[in-house]
Amino acid sequence: MTIMIDTGNYIAAKAAVMAKPDVVPAYPITPQTTLVEGIANYVGTGEFKGEYICVESEHSAMCACIGASAAGSRTFTGTSSHGLLLMHEMLHWAALARLPVVMCNINRVVGPGWNIWTDENDSISQRDTGWIQFYCSSNQEIFDTVIQAFKLAEHKNVGLPVMISYNAFILSHTSMPVEIPEQQVVDDFLGKYVPQWKLDVDNPITFGNIIGPSDYYKVRRAMQDAQDNAKKLIPQIAKEWKQKSGFYHGDLLELYKCNDAEYILLAMGAIGAESKVAIDEMQKKGIKIGLARVRTFRPFPTEEILKLGKQADLIVIDRNISIGLEGALFTEVKAALYGKSDAKVHGFIAGLGGKDVPYTDVETICKKAIDGKAKEYEWYGLEEA
Amino acid sequence: MKKYDVVTTISYPKIGAMGKTGSWRVFKPIFDKAKCVKCLRCWIFCPEASIKREKDDTISIDYEYCKGCGICANECKVKAITMEREGEKK
Amino acid sequence: MAIKDLPVEEYILQGSAACPGCPATMALRMVFKAFGKNMVMVVPACCTAVIESLYPNTSFNIPVMNIAFEAAAAGASGVEAALRVQGKKDTTVVAWAGDGGTYDIGIQALSGALERGTNFIYICYNNQIYSNTGIQRSGATPYAAWTTTTVGGKTEFRKEMGDIVRAHHIPYSAQTCISYPDDFYRKLKKAQSIKGPKYIEIMAPCPPGWRFSMEKTVEMGRMAVETGAWTLYECENDVMTFNGKSKLILEKKIQRKPMEDWIKYQGRFGHLFKPTKDTKRIQALEDHIDLIWERYRECYL
Repeated sequence: MTIMIDTGNYIAAKAAVMAKPDVVPAYPITPQTTLVEGIANYVGTGEFKGEYICVESEHSAMCACIGASAAGSRTFTGTSSHGLLLMHEMLHWAALARLPVVMCNINRVVGPGWNIWTDENDSISQRDTGWIQFYCSSNQEIFDTVIQAFKLAEHKNVGLPVMISYNAFILSHTSMPVEIPEQQVVDDFLGKYVPQWKLDVDNPITFGNIIGPSDYYKVRRAMQDAQDNAKKLIPQIAKEWKQKSGFYHGDLLELYKCNDAEYILLAMGAIGAESKVAIDEMQKKGIKIGLARVRTFRPFPTEEILKLGKQADLIVIDRNISIGLEGALFTEVKAALYGKSDAKVHGFIAGLGGKDVPYTDVETICKKAIDGKAKEYEWYGLEEA
Repeated sequence: MKKYDVVTTISYPKIGAMGKTGSWRVFKPIFDKAKCVKCLRCWIFCPEASIKREKDDTISIDYEYCKGCGICANECKVKAITMEREGEKK
Repeated sequence: MAIKDLPVEEYILQGSAACPGCPATMALRMVFKAFGKNMVMVVPACCTAVIESLYPNTSFNIPVMNIAFEAAAAGASGVEAALRVQGKKDTTVVAWAGDGGTYDIGIQALSGALERGTNFIYICYNNQIYSNTGIQRSGATPYAAWTTTTVGGKTEFRKEMGDIVRAHHIPYSAQTCISYPDDFYRKLKKAQSIKGPKYIEIMAPCPPGWRFSMEKTVEMGRMAVETGAWTLYECENDVMTFNGKSKLILEKKIQRKPMEDWIKYQGRFGHLFKPTKDTKRIQALEDHIDLIWERYRECYL
């Protein structure tokens, strides 16, 4: 084990290379760029022995991932914001094809106007593509999640692509110490990739030809079953990783000081991490509040959230907005409780466009809800300059 | 042939995937072996691989799958293949 | 190579969903004969996705991956990289796309793959329309041709995809036609023997798309070459060679036939003949072909 002090992107590059993908198609986009540069450096040092393809767009990056994965190879790529949106069509393709592509997405604002700060609208708007979605809040979590993502994606009961999202700059360009296990530990943990199907000259099949309504319906259902299986496997795989590496990032929800809490805050990504400070501050003041940081948005932790809803009132912060409705997490939290819990649920939009959300803001949001001064749903911090 | 368990759009090779396509035919190619000069143009141009190449480089027509396009007759330089309407005998 | 020397093996299985008289199926038979079973084919949205037939069956006896419309070359790049990592360097990777998927929506991915030296063969079967969606105009549709989106006839001339490809200076590119099996087969084998990106474009006259009688598919291809509307050539390491009748036309050893001889069989040009003959547009077609050949002669004679 060694300690590597580096940015989220370089840590993700390290994790990806240690997972030994056969093919990495890469295309740069701020703030993902240092991730693909990081992997390119490992090509230079010889630590990455697979094929590194400099494609001409993110769309082609995902197409090349699909081609390589279909040909039986482990594949990885990274993107952000507009790159992710350009991939959209092929995200569906990879998932419907049941190909275990692993990809990091650095959560960045969508233009216009051009803005490279963080919010989560890019990946939230890909939630229905069939990809498993993780949201990280530290560089150690990025490392562990990337490694575990390969195991999960390639599991015979899953066979779906996995997206690991983390916030632009707050994580992608911020150095933190990360414990890196020996290569052998990763090798033993992941094992050899066994594709669930592949393009094979000795067993010719046609993938993706015309399919009628009834059969297509079954394909969709199988994807749902795979996500349900993933829900059970995520903690199991994380336990196995902890035994080998010492770190555990495996709950769908990371619960922080939720025992006896009368209020529970739900948030994702970097706000989730920042919120821990706010929780500490509020608990010092005697407020019975805890935090549930949502790590997996797909599969969605419905049962786990319902459990919280039976214990406490919920406050949701969304760094995304489904225009015409409300924050996506807020909607889905309410759906999880529907008919089964009387908990009050407050929804707040915060931090869009990369607007900073320090713990003091999180505290203000929570207090407003707890004091009964908040509407059911509101935008926080709009009036500030 | 190995079948995969994963449920996605994986299709396996089959002769007659769309059934016996000979039933699509309106005109039927008739081969006259006596006229055949074994040039094999009909064989190479048949889009359906339904003209079978015999050992002596003459041909036979697989009426189960021949869709009756008539390219073979059109390309035969010695008129060894002619088209006649299905159900009509000349 | 004589027709009788072409391989007997078939990897298109009978009973596919192709239209009768389909040039794509004819061309696919030839591609499979040339490359055998040690190949992988990547197919974007195009007629071939239909020709493969319906799930859970396929009429193709080689491994095929269907991919999105604009994605053939990029998908093939991934397949090629994966096979290389696995040590399967002798497997021929083919991207097989129509003219819509090549000239228009797929041109970016194609250009990218050519530029980065992907070791594959990109084959465009060009029927000069979006035929699978029901005959719409593409960048390959000739001037004055009717399509469902150029109802009075296309008002622009087609683009020269071959020129665009050659601007990438790849080791081998060629144009062929379904009507010349010897030329076609030889170019396929030549492409297979060369490392790096290869591009082959096949003239593939489409009976329902061009509105001609289905027994005339091969004849229409032949006429395309004889009128000079299509050119048989190959370009190896930037050296251009014209083939067959195209070479004779280039060297003015034969006169190209008038366009009218070819277009009069095609309903898509019917409005140039009825109710009255549109000599102006027919002449514009002729002039354009002459211009192309003069350009060829300036560059390559």
